Amino acid sequence: MASATSDAHHEAHYFIPTPSPYPILLSAGLFLLALGGALAVNGSSAGRWSALIGALISAYALSRWLGAVIRENRAGAYQKQEGLSFRVGMWWFIISEAVFFSSLFGVLFYERVIAVPWLASLSPHFSPWAGFKAVWPTSGPHGAPFTPQDAWGIPAVNTVILLASAGTVTLALKQMMARERALATLLVGVTIALGVTFLGLQAHEFYHAYTSLHLTLGSGVYGATFYLLTGFHALHVTIGLIMLCVILARLVEGDFSAENHFAFQAVGWYWHFVDVVWLFVFLFVYWL
Amino acid sequence: MSATDFESAPEEHHPTGVTRWLSTTNHKDIGILYMGFGLTMFLVGGLLSLLIRAELFEPGMKIMPPELYNQVIAVHGLVMVFAALMPLTAGMANYLIPMMIGAPDMALPRLNNFGFWLLPPAAILLVAPWLLALFGTGNGTIDTGWTIYAPLSIQSGLGMDFAIFTVLLFGLSSTVFSINVIVTVLNMRAPGMTLYKTPLFVWSWLWTAFLLIAVFPDLIAGVIMLLADRHFGTHFFSAAGGGDPILWIHMFWFFGHPEVYILLFPTVGILPHILSTFARKPIFGYKAQIYAFAAIGLLSVIVWAHHMYTSGLPAVANIYFMFATMSISIPVSILFFCWFGTIWRGSMTFETPMLFALGYLVLFGIGGLTGLVLSDAAADQQYHGTYFVVAHFHYTLFGGPIMGVIAAIYYYLPKVTGRMYSEKLGKWHFWLTMIGFNATFFPQFLLGIDGMPRRIPDYALQFAHLNMASSIGAFVLGASQLLFLINIIKTAAGTGERASSKVWEGAQGLEFTVSSPPPYHTFLLPPVVQ
Repeated sequence: MASATSDAHHEAHYFIPTPSPYPILLSAGLFLLALGGALAVNGSSAGRWSALIGALISAYALSRWLGAVIRENRAGAYQKQEGLSFRVGMWWFIISEAVFFSSLFGVLFYERVIAVPWLASLSPHFSPWAGFKAVWPTSGPHGAPFTPQDAWGIPAVNTVILLASAGTVTLALKQMMARERALATLLVGVTIALGVTFLGLQAHEFYHAYTSLHLTLGSGVYGATFYLLTGFHALHVTIGLIMLCVILARLVEGDFSAENHFAFQAVGWYWHFVDVVWLFVFLFVYWL
Repeated sequence: MSATDFESAPEEHHPTGVTRWLSTTNHKDIGILYMGFGLTMFLVGGLLSLLIRAELFEPGMKIMPPELYNQVIAVHGLVMVFAALMPLTAGMANYLIPMMIGAPDMALPRLNNFGFWLLPPAAILLVAPWLLALFGTGNGTIDTGWTIYAPLSIQSGLGMDFAIFTVLLFGLSSTVFSINVIVTVLNMRAPGMTLYKTPLFVWSWLWTAFLLIAVFPDLIAGVIMLLADRHFGTHFFSAAGGGDPILWIHMFWFFGHPEVYILLFPTVGILPHILSTFARKPIFGYKAQIYAFAAIGLLSVIVWAHHMYTSGLPAVANIYFMFATMSISIPVSILFFCWFGTIWRGSMTFETPMLFALGYLVLFGIGGLTGLVLSDAAADQQYHGTYFVVAHFHYTLFGGPIMGVIAAIYYYLPKVTGRMYSEKLGKWHFWLTMIGFNATFFPQFLLGIDGMPRRIPDYALQFAHLNMASSIGAFVLGASQLLFLINIIKTAAGTGERASSKVWEGAQGLEFTVSSPPPYHTFLLPPVVQ
């Protein structure tokens, strides 16, 4: 089956990093974070400390790990095949995230289309909640009343903001490919500003919902799915913003070129992914 | 930093002692870590099952209170699925895939190390509540069984929260490892190794990775929602707020049914390698098996509610899930046909790996056929929640994946250690395992048909004899695994004759072209595949 090794690949064989302490440090950090989380939800203050220390260790380990990757890239350790590994890896990471959000939307559809009508259709002789009517939004047979948010206020503005930021990040990548570094840097800066505005407005919305509309996590199945979808989306916007800030710093330092820009491209993909998720959130959570 | 820091580690220049294992980026080291962890957890899960069988040895409450019994069965299930079988198959993938496709390593070596080192923390979190209970905090660990059904899991104690974080860590580990496998298989094959020349084990793991990415995020979403229901006042699984406990069952089995194939696939992939080696014939139906993997993988995500026939779904849903489930038997039959085709009229010899592979065919065959019985929505009204189900899934999960992993370990032990294992001990191990396994689980089919319920620590007097037989079988089965342990330790310690690089007369594949044990780095320069 196999014969002699090929000499064509002799010059640049695949880069295998030397042993690194950061992966296991990250695991240790996540262990403390998980342990702390399990204790903290049961009211332990030691759990909160453990979670905090775990989060700090994780952040340190992750930044050192990715820092090593950036240094290796600067030293020219990565060729075409390594670049492809990173790209395919990023794609499958985004696919796994897409599956995660699909599950959350599946929850929304199940609760709205199946669970609530089912609960309302039970025979009054068997149901403890005989008078329950299948409407949406609902806080369930035992929930307190609330007002849902209007899609055509801030959520619609937020949709425009995120769509605009998708445009600026795409333009930024194009400018970088055209070797217009200053313009690319500016456009990434604009993308970050748009993202921060989005998050600020979203935070305002959550505050408004809690204080004025009485729409809380406890507002039955509507409140639960509302905060599940918008909350996880906002979390992903936050992660995307952190990554964009790193990209901005690397652009300022002149790390990217038309040939070597995996991280920039990957963050661009991620930002588009977050954008597409928002369109579904706007459609199914706010509008319909 | 100088450029030399970025050189790949040269041959044998790696840290020694503990540091080697903690910081390694070498796929063989990480593979061995996975195997060591998986075997340790197999032992832990096995000891827990012996506690269960000891409690059920006679009618009446014998050695533990029912609360603890519930925790033991829950941890037994979670440990065997997440901490024993998945790491064992991931270890096989780590060690073998780069060698089988002529790659220098996995595509993302640091991520590989990270994925492994999430496992021990996850396992510690799972049992930590037992320690806390010793110090007077909480009442022990997760007690819902591995299926974590709501609303019981919402009312359960703090052990549930630890289990939720355990699942999150296992999920992260599986996801990053799956990404690594996909990237490796798609991007790291040696020149000339087209996808249709790639060994079946590699194909099977590619499908395993696809499935993991397709379903594990759903379980992660589910346990996060469970955590929110327990502590943050949401009503996802509570009808009082318009939610539905059945939603948890859907989410769990949308993950849980494909999970069965995730456990099964890697051994379904390694089986034809072993059968072909010891029948001294090429693999029969290579492409048919690849398409069968695809068909099983796709069907596995649309059949989950056959675990829910008694949960009150509409009849039309039950009928759909029944026929969809039954249709899985078609690609599975194709696999069986190909396996029989591979050994048909071969000049077979019966070394230990071959014995375990043939044992796999018998036991997994029984598991599959009884699955067909359970897939019938009407018949399942009788069998659901009885020991018939327990017997069925132990025939599929022990008879399939565990027999397959043991076969693969015997098959590759000479390659990994450079020494032959003791054939005599291996044969004792096989026959005692076969006898012990069937003595344990065959009576459970009969108990299930008679209506003995699962998950209950006590039972009616009419079930006494079969339960005693089952318990005696379990102790034989457990004790015989010690022979396996002794055999591995003796081989690793360097007794036994030296293994050649080909190891077996009929062995094929790139992994049998390198020395035994293989050099620390194989294929830094890719081989050319004809």
